[in-house]
Amino acid sequence: MSEDSFLSLNALTLAYGKSVAVDNLNLSIKKGELIAFLGPSGCGKSTTMRAIAGLMRPMSGTITLDGTDITRVAANRRQVGLVFQSYALFPHLSVFENVAFGLRLKRLEAGKLKQQVEEGLATVGLTEFVDRKPAELSGGQQQRVALARSLVMNPKLLLLDEPLSNLDARLRLEMRTELQRVQRETGLTMIFVTHDQGEAMSLADQIVVMNGGLIEQIGTPEDIYNRPTTRFVADFVGFENIFAVKNGQLATEQGLATLGDPIEGHPSGLAWRPGMVKMGEGQFEGEIIGSSFAGGTREYLLRSELGPINAEVDATQTIYQPGQRVNFDLPVARAAILQQVD
Amino acid sequence: MTARLLSYGVLTLVLLFLIGPFLIIVAAALSAGESLAFPPQGLSLRWVFKVFEIESFRESFGLSMALAIFGTLAALLLGVPISYAIARYRLPFGETLRTIVSAPIIVPGIIVGLALLRYLVIPLDVDIVLALFIAHTALVLPYAVRVVSASLENLRSDIEEAAVLLGSSRVGAFFRVVLPNIRGGILAAFILGFVTSFNQVPVSLFLSGPGVRTLPIDMIWYLEITYDPSVAALAALLAFMSIAIVFIAERFLGFSRYV
Ligand SMILES: Nc1ncnc2c1ncn2[C@@H]1O[C@H](COP(=O)(O)OP(=O)(O)OP(=O)(O)O)[C@@H](O)[C@H]1O
Ligand SMILES: [Mg+2]
Repeated sequence: MSEDSFLSLNALTLAYGKSVAVDNLNLSIKKGELIAFLGPSGCGKSTTMRAIAGLMRPMSGTITLDGTDITRVAANRRQVGLVFQSYALFPHLSVFENVAFGLRLKRLEAGKLKQQVEEGLATVGLTEFVDRKPAELSGGQQQRVALARSLVMNPKLLLLDEPLSNLDARLRLEMRTELQRVQRETGLTMIFVTHDQGEAMSLADQIVVMNGGLIEQIGTPEDIYNRPTTRFVADFVGFENIFAVKNGQLATEQGLATLGDPIEGHPSGLAWRPGMVKMGEGQFEGEIIGSSFAGGTREYLLRSELGPINAEVDATQTIYQPGQRVNFDLPVARAAILQQVD
Repeated sequence: MTARLLSYGVLTLVLLFLIGPFLIIVAAALSAGESLAFPPQGLSLRWVFKVFEIESFRESFGLSMALAIFGTLAALLLGVPISYAIARYRLPFGETLRTIVSAPIIVPGIIVGLALLRYLVIPLDVDIVLALFIAHTALVLPYAVRVVSASLENLRSDIEEAAVLLGSSRVGAFFRVVLPNIRGGILAAFILGFVTSFNQVPVSLFLSGPGVRTLPIDMIWYLEITYDPSVAALAALLAFMSIAIVFIAERFLGFSRYV
């Protein structure tokens, strides 16, 4: 827990009945950051969000927000907003009343309320639909109402559960820009959940990669993309050739293999993207067993003494034929250094 | 072709069977004669007017109205929270609760009436009007739970969580976002309950006392001493009232969605 941490989750364990969904989670977020929770379905992203919002009581651990322990604070007093994946708009209320809902509970005086609702709707670009019911809006418009409804409450922290997943590609891009703009203008601390690597990379200041109820890695998009530290993250961001390291050597199916360059430090594993594999020269030899054209590049699958290797070569270079034997190398200098490979 | 004729034939018979008695009652009600008969002897409205002059009809109509309104309201007061609990919390005894609540639909009214009389009214000396009220509430409850449950099922539960995160309490969320969205279901349940209670015979039969009779029971009783067409006139009036209620409900609520 660092000094400037705004939200921190300390040894948070969350369970449904007896089945643990999130295990011993530690996370600390700075004020004004835009954080992405990235991970496969069922890894506990929504569960963590629900716990932060106060809709779920942790089995153990604490949650601190803005200097106060909110673990036992009721959901309606936390000042945490949540935009549901399903929008959860109130079907019987107009767009205006949906956005005004929380402000009315604050007993805001009428003129002020109207002004704030209008500001909120303007922020998401929905001023002309105030009198419509949610059912009369498109999915993207509903989502924006949901966003406005949370924004006008001026929460300390805004959580968004897959805010873009139900939108088509164009709207998704639009909302993405929208979210970034809102975040820039308001300085609001936000956490959003996504399945989509590209979305996390392009939006977030920090990405929290989760898997099976555990955090795999926390880092900037560059960290995650270029310097994954676990097998799961490496695989997730496209490092297809992953090896454990034992005694400074690669552990392969056929035993230990020594690389050309020495392996510095004591990593648990090394991983290479297909494009990092050097083809046509090197100490290893493999047989091409598959190839496919991928636009600017060509992808090859090799069978080698190291096991299967995925390689990617610029399409303008030499073309290899299936059955052909090729030399290749795995340059240590370019490899991602993994701390955890099991 | 024959199959088609046959199906039209059957349809006509069914309709005749359903509507026939009603037409006969209306015809008998408009009779100018002295006794209940079909075909009627002459046409007049004298028996329709007579209905409003009969003291006991006025009293039992009042009682039936009160029972139907307050019994149904009481059933809703119990039924809405029960439906909500069944729908929202995975109660360990949810199924049992549902079964218990639906029991009065399945158990014949005669038995319910007899049981209430034998084990409630007689031993505890419960006031007969109170017993009727309890009985009608119990009879309407299953309909209330079923209809309200159906409309709760169509309502996502996350809107309540959204309301809570916007500052509402759990209870506040129920009144602010659940209740307004199941209003149609509740109104439908009320109408269904009202009609069920108003037309109820077997249970009320056991729970009648001196001067305390529901309208249907009073009509049977009236027939035993006087055989004039006023009963037919009353029956026709009641039928029109029921039709009007259901028609209005269908028109404004899409009543048939709920039942
Ligand atoms: N209401 C519930 N009761 C029991 N188990 C649940 C419940 N909700 C979620 N789980 C379980 O908890 C785990 C984490 O679920 P969660 O919804 O947090 O996943 P997620 O990361 O949000 O997945 P997705 O990307 O599919 O939304 C899953 O194994 C899931 O089966
Ligand atoms: Mg989820």
